[in-house]
Amino acid sequence: MAIELRNVSLRIGAETHIYETNLSLQPGQFNILLGTTLSGKTSLMRLMAGLEKPTSGELWMNGEAVTGIPVQKRSVAMVYQAFINYPSFSVYDNIASPLKVAGLPKDEIDARVQQFADLLQLTPMLHRLPDELSGGQQQRTALARALVKGADLVLLDEPLANLDYKLREELRDELPKMFADSGATVVYATSEPLEALMLGGYTATLNEGRVVQFGETSSIYRQPDSLEAARVFSDPPINTATIEKRGNSAYLNDSVSWTVPAQLASMPDGRYSIGLRPHHLLPDGEGVKVGGEVQIAEISGSESIMRVNIEGNNWVSEAHGIHSFEFGEHRSFFFDSKRCLYFDSNDKLVETQV
Amino acid sequence: MNKKWILPSLYILFLMLPIYGLLSMSFKTTNEILGGFSLFPQNFTLENYIKIFTDPTWYNGYINSLIYVCLNTVISVSVALPAAYAFSRYRFLGDKHLFFWLLTNRMAPPAVFALPFFQLYSAIELFDTHLAVALAHCLFNIPLAVWILEGFMSGIPKELDETAYLDGYSFWRFFIRIFIPTIAAGIGVAAFFCFMYSWVELLLAKTLTSVDAKPIAAIMTRTASTSGYELGLLAAAGSLTIIPGAFVIYFVRNYIAKGFALGRV
Repeated sequence: MAIELRNVSLRIGAETHIYETNLSLQPGQFNILLGTTLSGKTSLMRLMAGLEKPTSGELWMNGEAVTGIPVQKRSVAMVYQAFINYPSFSVYDNIASPLKVAGLPKDEIDARVQQFADLLQLTPMLHRLPDELSGGQQQRTALARALVKGADLVLLDEPLANLDYKLREELRDELPKMFADSGATVVYATSEPLEALMLGGYTATLNEGRVVQFGETSSIYRQPDSLEAARVFSDPPINTATIEKRGNSAYLNDSVSWTVPAQLASMPDGRYSIGLRPHHLLPDGEGVKVGGEVQIAEISGSESIMRVNIEGNNWVSEAHGIHSFEFGEHRSFFFDSKRCLYFDSNDKLVETQV
Repeated sequence: MNKKWILPSLYILFLMLPIYGLLSMSFKTTNEILGGFSLFPQNFTLENYIKIFTDPTWYNGYINSLIYVCLNTVISVSVALPAAYAFSRYRFLGDKHLFFWLLTNRMAPPAVFALPFFQLYSAIELFDTHLAVALAHCLFNIPLAVWILEGFMSGIPKELDETAYLDGYSFWRFFIRIFIPTIAAGIGVAAFFCFMYSWVELLLAKTLTSVDAKPIAAIMTRTASTSGYELGLLAAAGSLTIIPGAFVIYFVRNYIAKGFALGRV
């Protein structure tokens, strides 16, 4: 189902949770809301579900205005970060509950519950109570309940955040497949850029109650249209610096410069911002060479993350393999100037070909 | 026996002493009780109990008490459920003040209300009915039930309500089919406390009844004053009043610990 937010905003008391937002999601799409805590992901979902009434603006579904229609009458399902199931119902009754309320015949309910219990590997525990299940099984039950009724709009609010690492990976793989054939519009909220990239589909990056950018996940990762969007979609945070553009060259300072791409070369001279993702700043290799002082170095698995002070900017370098550094050590880092994103004085992206 | 059990055992023994005294007295004749102290009944008799179970003025007292106590428990809990839900789920002007004000009702001594209640119930011909006592006890029990239930309800995430609405449940269907079973423990605890307060309350129950709805405690005091000191009979009647409470406690014993954990009991 197509869902459309037209100039929707949400204010509670004096606090603005969502600034005026326009967003249009197509049927069968897997959409991701990406943003940090308090960026408005949950508020936006609650608006889409109808649990919150927008302060202004309208919500349209399939070309119909649904702003004032109660949630019971909408075809919406939602899964929360906390595992929400009906504690007094068995797993079977939990999954069957939306179908029972809809008044479906008993054998059809039975068939559909079995189908989704199989899909989510819940068949052996159908007669247990939610409290007797592990966290992963509880969340599977909640997912099954959201799937079983075949809602047109399925909202998943960080559904995997409370699960352990292994289960998360497993479910993250399965999730898009589960929804692939349902034709439902799925909205998935997450605070992890990496998770968004793995899930694919479309992404809306959110920051402080505003949708910063919306588009295909991979393209908005590669081409964030503003510095803000680039910041949201990068973890560890994207490295930024101010450069001075003169002719065909970009100067980080007097000693570090490189040739700018054609698009930027045709822009007027002056100050620009650059964004460079941490994994493009490496302790060895070739390209533009910068000197920096190591401030923090940590090793997470096979990655080394170093915080370095480069030409007065606090940058992060993320490199494969184990690199050991002394605190305060002065050494060189390299980056490929083609990897730089350039932003003008309004923090808007200067289009470049990658 | 482990050493750590000594102190609790002594404490329990100390607590049980008066109850044992009452039980042992209930099997004695009044003359033996007046004759001096003895640990065990010398002339074991069931006479006191037989009298209570055969004399309608006695056993009706129990029936009357049970009727208005049960009536009160049902009214209190069913009225408190939606009220507690509102306090736990909605924010409205003065909600916290109103919640506290409810509690202050419990601070007022029953004697303050006895006379106005007496006059009001006489005027509307509710005097000497079970409903009169049940309603009067609501004054203390509804705030208590709201307070206890609100604690239990606030422990249930609001997302449960929302999930039910998204599943298509109407409010009342959700409330009855899902919410009430979820807070069954809280309802058990609230009902227990309503039952106990109503069961032991004497002043209002005595003032608002004369014959038809007279509670057992009032019958006990009257008997003592008209036919001298029938201590054996009184002890038997007293022993019997312990039974309903013990019975109710048996059913909610596991839930009460949960109530204590929430700090609401």
